[in-house]
Amino acid sequence: MNAIQIRTMARDFILKEFLPGERPENLTDSTELITDGILDSLATLKLVAYLEKSCGIEIAPDELVPENLNSIAQIANFVQSKQASR
Amino acid sequence: MTVAALHEYLEQSARRYPQTCAAVEVSSGRQITYGELDALSDQVRDHLRRIGVRPADRVGICLPKSIASLAVLFGILKVGAAYVPVDSLAPPARNAFIFNDCGVRAIFVEASRAETLHCELARLAAEPCLLPLDWSDGPSPLATYLARVEAGGLAVEDESARPGPDNLAYVLYTSGSTGQPKGVMLTHRNGSSYVDWCSEILAPDENDRFSSHAPFHFDLSILDIFVPLKHGATVFLIGEELGKNPTRMASVIAERRLTVWYSTPSVLTLLVEHGSLDARDDHALRFILFAGEVFPVKHLRRLKAEVPRARYLNLYGPTETNVCTYYEIPQTIAEDRTAPFPIGRACSHVKARVIDANGRNVPRGQEGELAISGAPVMLGYWNMPERTSAAFHVDSSGRWYRTGDVVIEGEGGVYTFRGRRDRMVKRRGYRIELGEIETALYRHPAISEVAAIARSEESGVSIKVFYASRDGHALSLIELKRFCAHNLPAYMAPDWFSHQQLLPKTSTDKIDYQHLMRME
Repeated sequence: MNAIQIRTMARDFILKEFLPGERPENLTDSTELITDGILDSLATLKLVAYLEKSCGIEIAPDELVPENLNSIAQIANFVQSKQASR
Repeated sequence: MTVAALHEYLEQSARRYPQTCAAVEVSSGRQITYGELDALSDQVRDHLRRIGVRPADRVGICLPKSIASLAVLFGILKVGAAYVPVDSLAPPARNAFIFNDCGVRAIFVEASRAETLHCELARLAAEPCLLPLDWSDGPSPLATYLARVEAGGLAVEDESARPGPDNLAYVLYTSGSTGQPKGVMLTHRNGSSYVDWCSEILAPDENDRFSSHAPFHFDLSILDIFVPLKHGATVFLIGEELGKNPTRMASVIAERRLTVWYSTPSVLTLLVEHGSLDARDDHALRFILFAGEVFPVKHLRRLKAEVPRARYLNLYGPTETNVCTYYEIPQTIAEDRTAPFPIGRACSHVKARVIDANGRNVPRGQEGELAISGAPVMLGYWNMPERTSAAFHVDSSGRWYRTGDVVIEGEGGVYTFRGRRDRMVKRRGYRIELGEIETALYRHPAISEVAAIARSEESGVSIKVFYASRDGHALSLIELKRFCAHNLPAYMAPDWFSHQQLLPKTSTDKIDYQHLMRME
C-alpha cells in the first residue's frame, strides 16, 4: 500500500466513524486528530483496530502515542514504516 | 483518627520501612523508597519555606503524575499548606482561573507548560511564583530543580508543620454550573477519616501493591496516595498515557502483581473489552474498587468472570464527602440482572439520611435526597459562602451535606441511586455540570444559542449539544471539536452536535430541555 492509499483509507474511516456530516475537504492531512479532540481514547483504539485489520500490521501498545497517530500524514508514515519492517 | 495531618502517614512509614519501595512510576520503571520520598518531600518543604510559603497558604500542582508530583504533594502538606492539583493537560485558561481563584502562593508546573500558564495568569493579574520542573533535564526533574535553586545546599531546617486536623489539606476543583469550576475545601480530618476507614475495609499491609490510576486532581487519588503509604505498601503510579491504554494496563496488573485496583467503571470496561484479562495471571488481585459512576452490569459480570478471585466494592461519594457509602458485589451476578447494583450502606465514619426539600426525613422506600454528615464532609467551597450554605442542611442533628443525588433506602440501610436533582452528570467518573459546557460554547463567536443534554446509554453517559449559529449554517464538526478541546477538559467534550435554526423554547421563552430530550 502506498502513502496515498493509506491516507485515503484512514481519511474515509475517520470521516465515516467519527465525523458524520463533515465536509471531506475540512479533514486535511495535517488536521490534529488527538490534540484537537477529534479522536478520543476510545476512537483511537477503534482506528488502530481498523488499521491493523486493513493494513495487515500489528500495532504494539507502546506505539499508541500521538506522535504516530495525531494526523493522517503521521498515520500514513507510521503504517508504512510498520509495513516495511514486516 | 490515627494521625492529625495527612503527611504523618508518610513520616511514620518512613521510620518503620525506610528501605521499602513506596512508589513506582510504571511508565519509566523508576522507584523510590519510603526513606527517599520522605527526604525529597522534606527538601520541597524547606524550599517552599525559603520562598515564603507559610502554613494555610495554597500551592498549585500542574504536573504529570510522577514520583516528582508525589514528593511535591507531600512537601506542600509538610509546610502546612494545602495542595491544589489541576489537570496539566486541561486548557491553560481554566487552570489559571483555578489558581487565581484560590490565590495560590506558588505553582509547581511542568517546564514546557510554564510559559502559557504564566501568560494566562498575567491576564488575571495573578503573580504566583512558578516553580518549573523540566523532564528533559533527566529522570529526576524535582531533584535537579532543587539542586539548581538551592545551589548553596539545602540545610535541613526544623521539622514539618503540625497543622491541626481541621486545617485545609487540599482543594479539589469540580465542574461548576455557572460555567467556572468551584473549589471543594478538604481538611486533614476529612482525608484521614476516610483513609482510616479504608484501612478498616481493605486491611492492607506492607505487601500490598496498589494501583494509582486516577489523576491527583480527582478525588479517587486520595485512597491511591494515602492508603498504601500509611501501611508501608507500594503504589504504582499510572500516568495519563498509560492510563488510556488497556492492553498495557492489563499487563501492568499481571506483571506487577497488583493487589488492589481502584478506578472508574469506564476504565474497567476498557480493560474488559480490550485488555484480554482472562489470558493473564491476575491472581494477586485482592480487591477491585470502583467509583465515580454507575457500572453497567453486563461489563461488571464479564469482569467478575475474568477475574473471579477478587472482591468487588462499589464505592460511592461526591468530592465533598469522598466515599460515604459502599456495597460489596455478590459472588455471583444473576444472568438476567440488568439493574445497576446499589451504592450500599453508609461507611462507619459517616452518618447518612434521606431528606426532602425541607430537610425532613423521607420514609424508607421513598425517593429523597441523600444527605451526609460526619468527619469526611468538606469545610465548604472556596470563596463561595452562599454556595456553601446552600449545600448544607443544618438542624439539631448536625450539619448535613446535600449530595443532590436522589436515592431510595432499602433493607439494612442499603441505598440505591435513582438520579440527580439538577443538571449534573457523571462521565468517566468526573462530574460535569452541563451548564459549564454551554458557557464554554457560548464563547464561540459563530454560536448564538446552545443547550447540552445527557443521555444514559448502555456504554455510559453521552452528551449531546444542540446549537444555533449566527449565520444559520452548521459549523464544521472538526471546528467544534477543536474549540471544545481548547476550552474544556477532555472529559467534558460533547459526543454529538446537532445544528438547529433555533432552539425550541418554553412558554416563558426558556430553552425547552424536555423537548430537546425527545429530539433525536
